[in-house]
Amino acid sequence: MRNRQYRVILAKLGLDGHDRGIKVVARILRDAGMEVIYLGLRQTTGSIVAAAEEEDADAIGLSMHNAGHLTLGPKMTDALQEAGLDIPLVIGGIVPDEDVEELINSGVAAVLGPGASAEEVVSTVSAAISARDQA
Amino acid sequence: MNSSQEPIPQLFKSALSGERRSLGKLLTVIERGGETADTVAGLAHQKAGSAHVVGVTGAPGSGKSTLTGRLIDLFSKTGYKTAVLAVDPSSPLTGGAILGDRIRMDDLAGEDCFIRSMATRGHSGGLALAVPAAIQIFDAVGYNPVIIETVGVGQVEVDVAGTADTTVVVVTPGMGDAVQANKAGLLEVADIFVVNKADRPGANDARRDLELMLDLGHVSGLEEKTGYRPPIIMANSLEGTGSEETLKAIKGHAEHLKKSGSIKIRQKQRILMEIQNRIEILIGSNAKEVLETDLGIANIEAVLNRVISPAEAAKLIVNSILND
Repeated sequence: MRNRQYRVILAKLGLDGHDRGIKVVARILRDAGMEVIYLGLRQTTGSIVAAAEEEDADAIGLSMHNAGHLTLGPKMTDALQEAGLDIPLVIGGIVPDEDVEELINSGVAAVLGPGASAEEVVSTVSAAISARDQA
Repeated sequence: MNSSQEPIPQLFKSALSGERRSLGKLLTVIERGGETADTVAGLAHQKAGSAHVVGVTGAPGSGKSTLTGRLIDLFSKTGYKTAVLAVDPSSPLTGGAILGDRIRMDDLAGEDCFIRSMATRGHSGGLALAVPAAIQIFDAVGYNPVIIETVGVGQVEVDVAGTADTTVVVVTPGMGDAVQANKAGLLEVADIFVVNKADRPGANDARRDLELMLDLGHVSGLEEKTGYRPPIIMANSLEGTGSEETLKAIKGHAEHLKKSGSIKIRQKQRILMEIQNRIEILIGSNAKEVLETDLGIANIEAVLNRVISPAEAAKLIVNSILND
């Protein structure tokens, strides 16, 4: 069981206007009892880092539908590391299976592909947070 | 590595030196409540006392966040570091929340402001303590003004907004007629009215209804007593019109508070309310424990046997605690 209220930041990084999925994810996490800080479209690594600091986020979820994940994913983990933020990053959206390993190697905590169920979304985010807590 | 395990005095010191992450963590501690939160609030209280507190309130979708975003920008241009506490409701069913105020406060990259979203977390008591404590900590680390944004429904929200130094109430065209405007509540605590989305039909009607309401305050002598008539500003926050006027009105109201000396009254009111809330919560949280003591059990027994009523039992218990 969770011992505290999880606070999760959700954002779209860069030029990618497909926000139907991320809104569904926001609702799924809310219904699982989490507090979702929704940043919306066209965020930068800098704006996400600033929000993560101010909101004391437990996790960050990025939605990617523009095939930019192999560029932007590592950019985000770099930015977090540079800021000294030890916050798990979960990427969701259209990510081909063969790209997952590269993302994980770059420091992404988990990847949720198309077809992930609501339960999977919740358990993946929860697991990423408790893994960080125990590290 | 758990954030809550870092010692509070250390976090506080680093927040004072401008470390944003430490401030973020302290706000989390405050949100969780309890003894540790009280420690943080206590430390902050010693350093606070110079920030002007602005409440921005109005119905969902009226444009509070968009207006707040504009204000942050304008304050920043005149050399002020703004902190924002954006309060949104938690789901009463799951305890979760979607906090979306930051979307409307975009384009603030690089500006020296601090935005924190806070969910109501189901219990109004917790919010009643967390909000003042958050104001204190923003104030202590040097943010001025501190803007509190709340949906204007529920007693706590009205209290929070009503005890700000300056309360801005945002309304939109089509909010209802003059009768609605005269209903008691949020409109009464307004120091500044913003009719947002003023490009929409009905904006002038909304303005007229508010003017009419304020005129009645003039007739009843309310205006004379306070020496202040709330201005009504027509705005379109999306475009940015009306934001400058709102900023001017906030500064004007701050000036009025200082000149008339009512700033002291407001500050005292705020402190009074906070202490009162704390007393209620302290006594309330002990209620269950007391019922498990001999005193409690005896009284429950007496009520069960219809010797005394529940109201009498409660009075007997409270009196014996207070006389202790």
